[in-house]
Amino acid sequence: MTTLMSEEATERDLKMRKSSQKFWFAATWIFGAITFSILLLVIGYVIIQGGKAVNWEFLSTAPKGGLSGEGGVSTTLGTTLYLVLLTIGISTPLGVGAAIYLIEYAGEQSLTSPVLRALISIANFAVETLAGIPSIIYGLFGYALFVSALRFGWSLLSASLAGACLVLPTIIRTTEEALLAVPDDYRRGSLALGATKWQTLYKVVLPASLPGIITGVILSVGRVISETAVFFVTLGGSHRLPTSIMDGGRTLALHLYYLAMDTRAFDKAMGTGAVLVVMIILINLAIDFVSRKLTAGLKGR
Amino acid sequence: MNNIKIETINYNLYYGKFHALRDINIKIPEKKVTALIGPSGCGKSSFLRTFNRMNDLIPGASMTGDVLIDDQDLFKIDPVSLRQNVGMVFQKPNPFPKTIFDNIAYGPRVNGLKDHKKLEEIVENSLRSAALWDEVKDDLNKSGLALSGGQQQRLCIARALAVQPSVILMDEPAASLDPIATLKIEDLIHELSQNYTIVIVTHNMQQAGRVSDYTAFFYTDETRTGRLVEFDETKTIFTNPSDQRTEDYITGRFG
Repeated sequence: MTTLMSEEATERDLKMRKSSQKFWFAATWIFGAITFSILLLVIGYVIIQGGKAVNWEFLSTAPKGGLSGEGGVSTTLGTTLYLVLLTIGISTPLGVGAAIYLIEYAGEQSLTSPVLRALISIANFAVETLAGIPSIIYGLFGYALFVSALRFGWSLLSASLAGACLVLPTIIRTTEEALLAVPDDYRRGSLALGATKWQTLYKVVLPASLPGIITGVILSVGRVISETAVFFVTLGGSHRLPTSIMDGGRTLALHLYYLAMDTRAFDKAMGTGAVLVVMIILINLAIDFVSRKLTAGLKGR
Repeated sequence: MNNIKIETINYNLYYGKFHALRDINIKIPEKKVTALIGPSGCGKSSFLRTFNRMNDLIPGASMTGDVLIDDQDLFKIDPVSLRQNVGMVFQKPNPFPKTIFDNIAYGPRVNGLKDHKKLEEIVENSLRSAALWDEVKDDLNKSGLALSGGQQQRLCIARALAVQPSVILMDEPAASLDPIATLKIEDLIHELSQNYTIVIVTHNMQQAGRVSDYTAFFYTDETRTGRLVEFDETKTIFTNPSDQRTEDYITGRFG
């Protein structure tokens, strides 16, 4: 048997390698611990500080408005809910539809037409890029188009249209990924049984990709709840509950912004923050639950 | 010779510029098992996919020559209705992520059948024909993916039977299964050949010898274009082939 090094050198080398592995293990552990502590500190601080201000009264009374910062958050909760429903209602069919086209149809269509091929690659590039654009740009665009050019004013309509633009890339991307994850075996198996392409999509591919699509939608719900910049310039700032989609309002996140910037009611701002954080945590738990439940259902467990 | 189910006349297949199959002439008999054998890349799977027009799904594929099924021009039949008549079982079992019942009812449902009583009947008959009924009859609402590999493949066969085809194409149906599951599939193929025309692609010589009545040997040279070298009754191909290449391949001298 030949050896690479002398026995002594091998032993020394082994010692070196073992201690270097110990070092890097310890280093990554520390990095992990630091990151985790920072996160815990932020969330813990907001919840503990804000928790003092949160009670049933805080949740169920309307903010007084003005510079006092008095009152609760009830109308902002309502506005947030309206805005989420509208934004998701607009963006989900658009985004899911676009993703289905890009993944399931665009490929074969682009083979026959170079123009279409160019358009599709532009569309894909646009989706990539839009996902990384600062949200205030969407706000600016929404203000220019919906609020002023189309004269929707500061309203739920303007805000939800601008919000839809904001979350569309997320919904398209997650749906695309979910569709790509469906094995081609399913598609072939379905087509071989005499199903049309649409039947295959509707009855096999979409159900199999549903957990991914739902994850994208819930992620977008979280995005709408936590977004401030877009709605700052499209939703106005009324503390009342909007009565139509042409009415403005303020979401929880916006309310928090106003409280922190315009009033001295720092405790109320913290309370609002705590409500916001808890909502986001609940949404993430919901994503986890839904995708686990649906995936288990598909796999037959 | 028996009735001819499928016939190809000077059939050529191209993928873009690549000439995949050249001048294939074959007469596949009805209600018999025909095995397509040959080394990897000789085009036998591509040839199989001709019969349910799955090649149409491959971008750039084009064909020349004639393919007749029941004396009708196969390329004039709408692919969707053709595939109701020509079922397919794939190499890897591919049940849908649905219940066993819904897997089997899938074909009849996409073809417009809604009557639940009738669907139940079809599901039971198909599972019985695929020799799976006794193993799953109490678990019809369990996911098809919860079954073992061999059971999944028989589920896929049952799923293909449920649309009542007259031809079943099998692309190495036992390639991913263990020997016992393979044996079950082979018994099943034998059983099914009483009522269906079966065309099976296999890499396994013994399997071709065990299950098929007729064997077609495909071969390719450095051009990578597949040709049909010899087509005859399986026992003739295995005991007294007329082409040297067939004999070399069957005796394991290459491939």
